[in-house]
Amino acid sequence: MIRFENITKALGGKTVLDRISFEVSEGETLVIVGLSGAGKSVTLKHMIRLMQPDSGVVMIDGESINDLGRSALQVTRTKFGMLFQSAALLQWMSVKDNVALPLREHMKISEEEIEKRVASKLNLLNLSDAGDKFPANLSGGMQKRVGLARAIIMNPKIVLYDEPTSGLDPVTSRRIDDLIVDMRKELGITSVVVTHDLHSALFIGTRIMMLHEGRIVENAPPEEFIRSKNETVQSFLESQYITKKGKWETGLSHE
Amino acid sequence: MRSPARSTRRFGSQVLQLMHDTGHAMFMLLEAAYFMRYAFSKRSRTETATQMFTTGIKSLAVITVVALFTGMILALQTGLELRRYGQEVYIGSAVAVSMIREMGPFMTGLIIAASVGSAIAAQIGTMTVSEEIAALEVMSINPNRFLVMPRLVALIVMMPLLTVYTNILGILGGALVGATQLGVSVQAYMDNATQFATNKDLYVGLFKAGVFGIVITAVSCHQGFMTTEGAVGVGRATRRAVIISFLIILVLGYVITRLFYI
Repeated sequence: MIRFENITKALGGKTVLDRISFEVSEGETLVIVGLSGAGKSVTLKHMIRLMQPDSGVVMIDGESINDLGRSALQVTRTKFGMLFQSAALLQWMSVKDNVALPLREHMKISEEEIEKRVASKLNLLNLSDAGDKFPANLSGGMQKRVGLARAIIMNPKIVLYDEPTSGLDPVTSRRIDDLIVDMRKELGITSVVVTHDLHSALFIGTRIMMLHEGRIVENAPPEEFIRSKNETVQSFLESQYITKKGKWETGLSHE
Repeated sequence: MRSPARSTRRFGSQVLQLMHDTGHAMFMLLEAAYFMRYAFSKRSRTETATQMFTTGIKSLAVITVVALFTGMILALQTGLELRRYGQEVYIGSAVAVSMIREMGPFMTGLIIAASVGSAIAAQIGTMTVSEEIAALEVMSINPNRFLVMPRLVALIVMMPLLTVYTNILGILGGALVGATQLGVSVQAYMDNATQFATNKDLYVGLFKAGVFGIVITAVSCHQGFMTTEGAVGVGRATRRAVIISFLIILVLGYVITRLFYI
């Protein structure tokens, strides 16, 4: 579904991604973890061509997106929804209008139908009462949920999450994690999640990939990831008090 | 001390950056101009109307004060000089021609660049650093159609209208000073004003206003899209948008006058 082939990217003279290759299959949730500046968000932005690689190829559904023209790129992007780190809601629009925006821009459907679809997504994300509010009046967690409602309003095949739980309290973070798991289980959505939070990664991921200094140091299912022999991975796990013998061995959310 | 080679390299990279920025701004402007046919389509008309309201109606207060006092200052300065020769009745033509040809579009341009242009740069700059522009792109919404086009339409339409308003208030300000300070009756002032101001003066002034509107949109939106580094970057983009707009308005004002009057 998504394939990176030898992607290299340098920013400000520093190599951020160094010939990385990996694949995301349909229906899985790949979580990309790593220290700050490891290239996680840059990797995510390459999937949807918000950034172009210096070398290498990004393939979506078997087709390279490196050289797509504007209209072809727009078609490819309709397969994606994206939840940004800051939620990226348009501040002058109400919650309803933010969520309805992609529908109004791309679908020739009645206003009644738009309202129905928006209400259904807001309901799914427990935001039924927030429709008429403006982003500035919402908490961080609510903004993220509105961002998620907007990301899935067009029923995309793939949803990208950039730090979905950063800046949120633990309870709200776990609620967002539950939503990501539900997206996969109930709607079959393929997800790629970038996060610092390993607890969250182990809970939501069907596979975890760790980036370090622009290279992939581990790419494995959660149960294998926590047993990784790689020193960088071990140190990252220990920094978040996750051990091989800890509760994560038995507490993984997926089968 | 810098070596000549390093200075040359630095100068060369700045020229290349300038060419890149100009190219980006021109592409953005051309694309927004292409989308102008959708300005009043169902999905764009609300935003276009909002921008016209912001540019036009919300700028009226400051334009009223500036235009009135510009006309009053012009009348007072020229009137005091003309009175030495007993020709103060000519303040009508001096104020009217100055306002219609030059001061009207120029003052309007500066006010709109400082108020509306800076607001555009700040808004788009904030949207850029908070990833709202990236979100639009991911939603396959062209930012040049969604954000630039309504502002371009608003400024192209409202700048000439505001210039007419500035001209009228400036001329009225001059009449007020003429009547109260220089002993020139309103009737004599108006007769003199209409005798010397031509239709060409009006059309060239309005053309300038339209061009200034395009310049303000292009510079402000471009600076907004190029914003980096958070709040500091937004401040920098806003300041640059105003300064660059001022400079281009000055230079283009001269070029257009030169083209039409010599």
